[in-house]
Amino acid sequence: MYKARRGRMLRHFLRDPSALVGGVILLLTIIGALFAPLISPQNPYDLEKVRLEDALKPPVWMPGGQKPFLLGTDEQGRDILSTILYGCRTSLSVAFGVVLLAGSFGLVMGLLAGFFGGILDAFVMRMADIFYSFSTTLMAILVLGLLKKKGIPVLILAISLTDWVRYARTLRGAVLAVKEEDYVSAARALGAGNLRILLRHVLPNAVPPLLVIAAVDFGVVIMLEATLSFLGVGLPVTEPSLGMMISIGRKYVYAGKWWLIVFPGITLTALVVSINLIADWLREEINPRIQRAVKGL
Amino acid sequence: MGAYLVRRLAQGILVLLAVSFICFVIFQYMGDPAGALAGRYATPKQLELVRKKLGLDKPFYVQYLIFLKNALHGNFGMSFVSRLPAMQVIIERLPATLELSLMAMLLAIGLGVSLGVLVSIAPDSLVSRLIMAGSLIGISIPTFLTGILLIMVFAVDLRVLPPFGRGEVVRIFGSWRSGLLTWDGLKHLILPAITLSSYQLAVLLRLTRAGMMEVLGEDYIKTAWAKGLPQRAVLFKHALRNALIPVVTVIGLQFGELIAFSIVTETVFQWPGMGNLLLSAIYESDQPVIVSYITFVSLIILGLNLLVDVLYVFINPKIRYV
Repeated sequence: MYKARRGRMLRHFLRDPSALVGGVILLLTIIGALFAPLISPQNPYDLEKVRLEDALKPPVWMPGGQKPFLLGTDEQGRDILSTILYGCRTSLSVAFGVVLLAGSFGLVMGLLAGFFGGILDAFVMRMADIFYSFSTTLMAILVLGLLKKKGIPVLILAISLTDWVRYARTLRGAVLAVKEEDYVSAARALGAGNLRILLRHVLPNAVPPLLVIAAVDFGVVIMLEATLSFLGVGLPVTEPSLGMMISIGRKYVYAGKWWLIVFPGITLTALVVSINLIADWLREEINPRIQRAVKGL
Repeated sequence: MGAYLVRRLAQGILVLLAVSFICFVIFQYMGDPAGALAGRYATPKQLELVRKKLGLDKPFYVQYLIFLKNALHGNFGMSFVSRLPAMQVIIERLPATLELSLMAMLLAIGLGVSLGVLVSIAPDSLVSRLIMAGSLIGISIPTFLTGILLIMVFAVDLRVLPPFGRGEVVRIFGSWRSGLLTWDGLKHLILPAITLSSYQLAVLLRLTRAGMMEVLGEDYIKTAWAKGLPQRAVLFKHALRNALIPVVTVIGLQFGELIAFSIVTETVFQWPGMGNLLLSAIYESDQPVIVSYITFVSLIILGLNLLVDVLYVFINPKIRYV
């Protein structure tokens, strides 16, 4: 992207209140997740720091609340705020992992399928059709449920297994749109090879729509990780996860221990909302056909 | 159209064959079916007998053909847990899932499309902004969280709706038990149906709005206004029809998603449907039930997708399948 365009995008971002709110929330979450070991009051996965007699304490402002536990504690005496910070680490790592893995594989497949067509194209599009209709969520539940293996790497692989078609399909469309343009023919006439045409002329045009897909996908994967961990097929109990926290809290719904669910729930939703706000802004920035004036929110 | 249908059917059969092969590999090579059937205290001799009975001593391709033959007859073996035919166990749970999913879909399509139109008419009004903010939360909150929050508010705090189960059901015919005919059954359906519909509702609302916004700027809509047509005719006859085409496509693509989210919703509300059964089968390594579930769900998804493709021709006359 050109420097002028980057500058314009930044100006728009700073002038768009909802994008700005999204950016701030996302930035705070990333900082909190990165520095969790430094800023969290307790390491909730260090068994020496967690004491069972601190279990199920309410937030500090409520009767029975205790000083270091700002948002209360869970059934094992883990500090809710600290567990949330560590959980965000997991959410963000899984999302980054999937976007990188599925995104790069989908990018290559979509690029090749759109550019060369033929059997590869047919294969990629059929896979895309099938995986789309079966949905990434359903496939991930089935694959993980059958594998009986848990952990962040397995989770990233299981989600990416079907998620790449999202990227491949978008890339293929973008490639088909520019393949027949005059400047591509001109480059070919000047003797440019396939690789040069792909990298210099086709790829730059395909990057903007890819960014929008990646942003949306980032939010979707965060929700998916939480869902899988909630169902008990995602991460093992030894790993911090917002979905797992809520699944533990579910046992105490009738006992009125709302803080076990409400705080991780707010964090999870705010994180995904912030990403969707940024994705909305990105989509508008890239597709000028949608007028800013008609924007609903 | 005919040739297209034949090609689609052939493709569907190919997918089912692939699914069946994966299922077969899971069935034969993950876990120990002979050990599971013979029981923990079987002697080596008994194990050998069971293995022979299951055909596990035959070569790979023969085993696969036998599996295929059995599958075509709807025979996926006995559930390791309930000791009943696995497919039968799945089919018994079908009514509960079907009633929940249908209600959720009706809710999502009805409310999603009408709110989407409402928002597109006056995009800057306060109501529209509130609805759009709600839809943003709707696409950002995971289904399981929606369900738990609804339980916390309506079942635990306000005590107006039941938190789990299907309530009172009546038998309609055969083994079909319905919760739609009793007051208690309907009350049990409200929270799960809202939960399952919430995500799709938000997606359809945003799609309808985007489609309407784009269409309302077209020349033929300006012509319709200029002709002095009533608002109702312009909005619903001229605009909505064209705005709905991408919405219908997405509805068609969402069946897999609906099934996936029904697993989540059924788990949250302990709804006795197929999704709930699948998760317990996963926890208990009940392979025959898992394999039956996968096969059954694949059939449903492929069948519905084909149906949507055919219906599409009637909605959008521009489409011609060759």
